[in-house]
Amino acid sequence: MHRVVKISKGLDINLKGAPAAEFVSIEPAKLYALMPADFTRVTPKVVVKPEDVVKAGDPLFFDKENPEIQFVSPVSGKVVAVNRGERRRVLSIVVESDGKFESVEYKAKDVLSLSAEEVKADLLKAGLFGFIRQRPYDVIATPGDAPRTIFVSAFDSKPLAVDFEVALKGNEEDFQTGLDALSRIAPVCLGIRDDQKSTALNVAKNVKTTIFSGPHPAGNVGVQINKTQPVNKGEIVWTIGAEEVIFIGRLFNRGKIDFTRTIALVGSEVKNPAYSSALLGAQITNLLSGRLDDKYELRVIDGNVLTGKVTTTEGFLGAFSNEITVIPEIMGGDEMLGWAMPRFSMYSTSRSYFSWLSPKRKYAIDARIKGGERHMIMSNEYDKVFPMDIYPEYLIKAIITGNIDKMEQLGIYEVAPEDFALCEFVDSSKLELQRIVREGLDKLRAEMC
Amino acid sequence: MKFLRNYLNKIKPKFEEGGKLHAFRSLFDGFETFLFVPNDTAKNGVNIHDAIDSKRIMSIVVIALMPALLVGMYNIGLQNAIAAGVADTTSWFSMFLFGLMVTLPKIVVSYVVGLGIEFTVAQWKKEEIHEGFLVSGMIIPMIVPVGCPLWVLAVATAFAVIFAKEVFGGTGMNIVNVALIARAFIFFAYPSVISGDGVWVATESVMGFGADVTVDGYTCATALQHAANNVPLVGASADVLTTNDMLFGFMPGSIGETSVIAIAIGAVILLYTGVASWKTMFSVFAGGILMSVLFQHTLPDNPVAQIPAWQHLVLGGFCFGAVFMATDPVTSARTETGKYIYGLGIGAMAILIRVLNPGYPEGMMLAILLMNVTAPFIDYCVVQSNINARAKRLTKKN
Repeated sequence: MHRVVKISKGLDINLKGAPAAEFVSIEPAKLYALMPADFTRVTPKVVVKPEDVVKAGDPLFFDKENPEIQFVSPVSGKVVAVNRGERRRVLSIVVESDGKFESVEYKAKDVLSLSAEEVKADLLKAGLFGFIRQRPYDVIATPGDAPRTIFVSAFDSKPLAVDFEVALKGNEEDFQTGLDALSRIAPVCLGIRDDQKSTALNVAKNVKTTIFSGPHPAGNVGVQINKTQPVNKGEIVWTIGAEEVIFIGRLFNRGKIDFTRTIALVGSEVKNPAYSSALLGAQITNLLSGRLDDKYELRVIDGNVLTGKVTTTEGFLGAFSNEITVIPEIMGGDEMLGWAMPRFSMYSTSRSYFSWLSPKRKYAIDARIKGGERHMIMSNEYDKVFPMDIYPEYLIKAIITGNIDKMEQLGIYEVAPEDFALCEFVDSSKLELQRIVREGLDKLRAEMC
Repeated sequence: MKFLRNYLNKIKPKFEEGGKLHAFRSLFDGFETFLFVPNDTAKNGVNIHDAIDSKRIMSIVVIALMPALLVGMYNIGLQNAIAAGVADTTSWFSMFLFGLMVTLPKIVVSYVVGLGIEFTVAQWKKEEIHEGFLVSGMIIPMIVPVGCPLWVLAVATAFAVIFAKEVFGGTGMNIVNVALIARAFIFFAYPSVISGDGVWVATESVMGFGADVTVDGYTCATALQHAANNVPLVGASADVLTTNDMLFGFMPGSIGETSVIAIAIGAVILLYTGVASWKTMFSVFAGGILMSVLFQHTLPDNPVAQIPAWQHLVLGGFCFGAVFMATDPVTSARTETGKYIYGLGIGAMAILIRVLNPGYPEGMMLAILLMNVTAPFIDYCVVQSNINARAKRLTKKN
């Protein structure tokens, strides 16, 4: 029997606009983009120029620090733009699809007969290695490292997230192959949720499975690591998303690059929220056309409400995102004396509001911050939604004051910005905790590496 | 609403950089965010936020203080009427009005001085105005005797806001409770207006309200002063107080501290909304009970030690301190384990000072200040245990 870990601290924010189980087919996008900023730490060196013809699997750019890590086109067609921003930083590389969806051909392989080095080499060549992240620092992994463990979380507990069992349907075999491939590199730990029924998850082979129950952030891989085998100073563990494991499986089973993802179109301003599928990096326009409510000014988020980035309907899916959330930018603005009003329609974890009386009710929440930034005033706010064995408030303070020794001692090696997203949501002092943690990790990495 | 919003939008440019009234930017900003929730949206990080903010939290505390303040006002009128010998003929409402007339100037002085400094500092540091003083400014008048002159209150408030808060960086950065520093300042700089037996009852009428006490040099001691002088409080033939007086707060004392029932209503509000930590509050009372029971059995000759535990808790500033001041999240211990130790420390220390300090009968203020200073150390120890566990995990591995 698998080990069961119950997580009690956390919070499931009940948002309107959860996807219905129906799967809608939407015409594939014409344009696709890869944004180097999605791959934290990577300094891109672009190897294509506009008008170049590429297939899915042909490299678009590689990492200057580790040139063997390359990032490949998700689709066949021709490169139409390499967009640069300030100081010529590469913002995105846009590929126009030729509608044929051809992939570079690889040999299908029996992964269990491969060595760790062979698996790594294949992943690097196919452009899949760049999807592996590492703790500490929550950055893209380095191929030369020997990770202690590879963690895969098979469920996303963030608000309105894709139910991985929906994404897994029809991909069970590829998922297992992906796990097999990773298990050649290092022991693989798979985290599943207690209500997941799929046999591909429950009896997955060549992995150590742990069952988690409880509210978000139970699905965050960082929490799962902390609860099972916490990262110590000097150790490296790798993490990879469950859908990316399927990409790896497809490579070895079929010898093809296939970045098809299950995409959830969710949020209070999406009419008929549903699942669909799209290739990684697809332009969002088609996915959302005809589905938006236009009562308010809208915020289109590439990803979920907690960690996603603001984009537009002309934007592109990020390399790691499998959902598009649309919420109102401002709902009922110019609110008079809002802080003193009962605000029956608003969601809060504080009992000074009334939303705790109706735990089942679903809320539409707009993007307003609803308060000014302050020094930390209330205590125990973060702890209530932070299940790791870490004092979040003290870690944040250590980061703000730039105290590297304290950061290390308080466990910064175990965290990623996303682990602080809920803390940021409930914070009455409205501090940008994810940004603070990211800056702390970057600073520490600059000191250590 | 629309009209007001439009008006603010119209005058806003005057307060911005280069505008005529730029020197009052913080003031405008303060009022604007007070009247309208800012329409700022998240630029990075989470895209949605909880509706809670520090304005809401501070206003909950102010609401929780109201019952104690209102009963305190009535009690001022009552004590005045008793002193003048007209308690039987004065209606409760005119007693309350008298208390209101006496207390209101104190509240106004405290807010004007404190907020004035906050606005100035915010303007100078180009920050938003922090709400913390809304609570401190309400508590300061409630923890001084009714006889405290307004100028002393003003000086004390200014001292506390500047030296206990702003020099540390404002709300959220202070080490000790601002309101208590104001009181401690009066206590050490102007002891005559906060101790002795001549300051607890208002003896002059105000604008036709209340009665003039004709006895020259009228004195009236607080219950704890009586106890220190070995005057039996209840049960003896010369009854000073009834149990009801103690619970409802009809006895001399600082303005807001006397009524246990009113403070209990405030405590319910704070605990229900989760603004105050029940761990701190509960352990302050536990510490007080433990210490007074201990003294009762070990010091048979000390009159204060012989006060029953429950009376220790309902007399003086114990309840007020436990509910409103010990639970201040900024100056209290911030770790959950630390809160128990911190609370126990306050309760025990308050009784210790009451019993063993012959100079002044009350110990709550000093106990809380002392534990405020100790709180960072308590937290340090708690956090260090987590650090040690992590370090041990590392060495075990190797």
